[in-house]
Amino acid sequence: MQINWADTSFLLAPEILLTVGALIVLVLDLLIEDDTSPVLPGFTLLALVSAFGAAAAHLVTGVDDVALFMFAADPLTHFFRLLGIGTALLVLLVSVNYVQARSKHTGEFYSLLLWVTLAVVLVAGAHDLILLYLAFEFLSITSYVLVGWLRDDARSNEGAMKYLLFGAISSALMLYGMSLLYGATGTTRLTEIAAFFTIPETQITGLYSIVVPALVFLLAGIGFKISLVPFHQWAPDAYEGAPTPVAAFLSVGSKSAGFAVLARVLLEAMPAFQEHWTSLLVVLSILTMTLGNLVALRQTNMKRLLAYSSIAQAGYILMGLAAYSAGATFPADGLSGVLIYLVAYLFTNVGVFIGAVIFEQATGSVAISDYAGLIRRSPWLAFTFVVFFLSLAGLPPTAGFVGKLAVFYATVAKGLYFLAIIGVLNSVVSVYYYFNVIRQMFFMPAPEGAERVRMPASMGLALAISFVGTLLIGFYPEPFLNLANMSRDFISALPLL
Amino acid sequence: MNGLPILSIITFAPLVAALVVLLLNNERAIKTWSVVSSFVIFLLTLWLWFAVDPKALGPGEFAFLEEYSWIPAINVFYRMGVDGLSVPLITLTGLLTFLSIFYSTYVINHRVKEYFFLFLFLEVGMFGVFTSLDYFLFYVFWEIGLVPMYFLIGIWGGPRREYAAIKFFIYTLAGSVLMLLAILGLYFSTGTFDLTALPGQELFGGNFVLKSLAFWGIFLAFAIKVPMWPFHTWLPDAHVEAPTAGSVILAGILLKLGGYGFLRILMPIFPDVFNAYWPVVAVLAVISIVYGALVAMAQWDLKKLIAYSSVNHMGYAMLGIAAAAATLNSSDPAVLDSRAIAVNGAIFQFIAHGLITGALFFLVGVIYERAHTRDLKAFGGLGAVVPKYYAFMAAATFASLGLPGLAGFVSEFMVFRGAFALIPYIAAIGVLGIVLTAAMYLWKIIQMVFLGPLNEKWKDLPDMHWWEIATLTPLVILFTLFGVYPKPILDYVNAGVVALLDLMS
Repeated sequence: MQINWADTSFLLAPEILLTVGALIVLVLDLLIEDDTSPVLPGFTLLALVSAFGAAAAHLVTGVDDVALFMFAADPLTHFFRLLGIGTALLVLLVSVNYVQARSKHTGEFYSLLLWVTLAVVLVAGAHDLILLYLAFEFLSITSYVLVGWLRDDARSNEGAMKYLLFGAISSALMLYGMSLLYGATGTTRLTEIAAFFTIPETQITGLYSIVVPALVFLLAGIGFKISLVPFHQWAPDAYEGAPTPVAAFLSVGSKSAGFAVLARVLLEAMPAFQEHWTSLLVVLSILTMTLGNLVALRQTNMKRLLAYSSIAQAGYILMGLAAYSAGATFPADGLSGVLIYLVAYLFTNVGVFIGAVIFEQATGSVAISDYAGLIRRSPWLAFTFVVFFLSLAGLPPTAGFVGKLAVFYATVAKGLYFLAIIGVLNSVVSVYYYFNVIRQMFFMPAPEGAERVRMPASMGLALAISFVGTLLIGFYPEPFLNLANMSRDFISALPLL
Repeated sequence: MNGLPILSIITFAPLVAALVVLLLNNERAIKTWSVVSSFVIFLLTLWLWFAVDPKALGPGEFAFLEEYSWIPAINVFYRMGVDGLSVPLITLTGLLTFLSIFYSTYVINHRVKEYFFLFLFLEVGMFGVFTSLDYFLFYVFWEIGLVPMYFLIGIWGGPRREYAAIKFFIYTLAGSVLMLLAILGLYFSTGTFDLTALPGQELFGGNFVLKSLAFWGIFLAFAIKVPMWPFHTWLPDAHVEAPTAGSVILAGILLKLGGYGFLRILMPIFPDVFNAYWPVVAVLAVISIVYGALVAMAQWDLKKLIAYSSVNHMGYAMLGIAAAAATLNSSDPAVLDSRAIAVNGAIFQFIAHGLITGALFFLVGVIYERAHTRDLKAFGGLGAVVPKYYAFMAAATFASLGLPGLAGFVSEFMVFRGAFALIPYIAAIGVLGIVLTAAMYLWKIIQMVFLGPLNEKWKDLPDMHWWEIATLTPLVILFTLFGVYPKPILDYVNAGVVALLDLMS
């Protein structure tokens, strides 16, 4: 194959920019003595913005289905690049003051943020089991380090250790699943695996004993990243211990990466086994949202509450994949529902974490009871929290409503009525714990002598972006629906029906 | 669609007013502004009443139609329009909101800015439900109304306000999410959210099981809102704990959203399914009537008594609607007449109940502000101490129990006139409710509060202030006027009902 370096570097521009940026930040960190210097975060911002621009350029120029060896530059990748880098941008904005207040070693935080973003992007585009595994490990390892970044905080260390142990096991499981798949098909390229399974039905049945376990192991490995029940146990501890901006990234950025992989492995490589993985996904989805919501009811710590909430959210998103039907009109295909939900979830969930960071930065507390009387202490922050919680609960006119609408629509269209009913009832349950926080903020009196909650400008900006995004998608979803409609294409061995 | 987008202006005027409230810092200014703006909005709705001629609208036609493409990707339109069914409820909303805001300026002195902001915001949701003609838009407004009411109950409510607020929210939401699934199912089967195009479409390829599922999903949302037994349990908590003006709006308007849903959505879109299941709806309506009256009779808390009486009163309206659904295709003019009478009675009941129960909740607020109790056993002999209050309360309770000459009688008469012709046996049980409410009101309210020996504790109880009289007088005048001369409303509503029944067959 003739390699055209100019084309390749254009197609890989976001990845290249992130890599170069991360390396430069590492070097700059050695040169700059002052920990509060704006150069490092400024440069990180530049790297992220340029990578975001490069990713957006692919959308504009309409790059379609180009396979660069192991990496797919297709609309699905473009979408997840924007999502991952967008998350990193918002997280960076809230991190600057947060990390400066907590450690002297801010340089490595910024470069780690760039590395983890690169990992998300690579995972989303991986088109070959080997790159997929490597990128997944890259994502995991950078995440472990970020979770444990508060070196002197025992909880941070505990969280990182739990995350590492769970991660190691699930990545071993995933690798085992991959090796089985390779054994069955003799290839690691996703489209070639799919092509292999176009053999007649009778021959496929003979492969069940290998492919079905492979499917289960793969789901376990990927399920760990998107915190599906029963692979979720690491999440509350890791979220609680991690620096809060990192928890925000884990809950959105690395979760999206997990969904990208899941979509690729299931839709690109194993469409022939759809009836098998659909039933698995239905069960996992029901378990995940129900358990996440029920346990969230009893949380008293904001970060743990958000951890369980984001477990439940993963369950809703999974509904979209469970309802996948190739070739269905938008948005009944399910995949576009997943994508819309993820965009909505990006603004909403990062937004609610940003609110928590602002509150933690001002008061030092993450206890829900300390949010009492927030309406008096910062009316705007309290108001944005209401919008974010409404969106997480899926009420109009917010982004979360549009996201839920899209995935529920796909489930109804697919005829999975039972799943749809469980899904909507779960969203009713979730209102109880989201509104419990709102109850504290609005109904309870502020403690005596409580001061106003102030926010640094960069955090305020991040909050404003998430807030506007959440409402914009709610009121004017059209461009975001079109984005999802454009992005639901991916490299496929099979012609669409 | 020409000229000004009148309905959008009416719907979003309260939002603009609410945003202005946020900019004001002086409590006096906020109160004055809220009263003035809600009065102007009420005048707009009154103007709408006269500007729309429902008789000129055929079946499926709407006045002041507005239509803009909103989300083309899923065929969602911003579509608004009104007819003889919706305009009376819009005007009622404008009136009750104005009176509630006026009354609140005298009793709310705590977190004033938020209160009036939320109250005006609430009005947006109510107007929106009555004006929207796209199911997506309808759902958005339907849900939007929940949030301000949650805060109104939770911040300014009684002792158990937090519990009542979240119960109200979760109950209503549980119903509406199932409706959402049904809406999605409808969209999947027809490709549209258009409430003007959905009637008459074949749904789900004629699959009756799926149609029934969608019907019951939507039914549940509306039945919880109305509320019908056994979905009423949120109501006593919410109505009792809400601040006075909140209870007025809850009983006066929010319950009607459910009833309106039956008329605007379930009857025209699912005529055959409704027809198949009418006995279930009728039986639930009758249980609501009898059960509501009996439970109300057992209350010793005045506010709770009135709250339960709403279950009873809305039951009459539902009985009228169920009776109309009981016959689908009939060319017998007597049957057609009875159907029209029953539905007219139901809508008249919405309006009468809004005026009468609105007045009753205001009156509960009046006595509670003074006595700080609503315990019926604590009162007695107040008739001589507070004669003006006695007069207003007597008028409202007589209207509520259906005394001829007052509005409650007209609607109950019409509902039973229609229902007896169509579903005589069920209607006969329902009549029991009328007897029970009469007993309940006379015994529990008139006798316990105003007659008998005076409790010395209350001998210095001040009578009604001018602003309380000013709040209640328009309501009393209206329910008396419409009791004596219901024609203006009935003519108006009837045009809408005829169009609706036409759509069904």
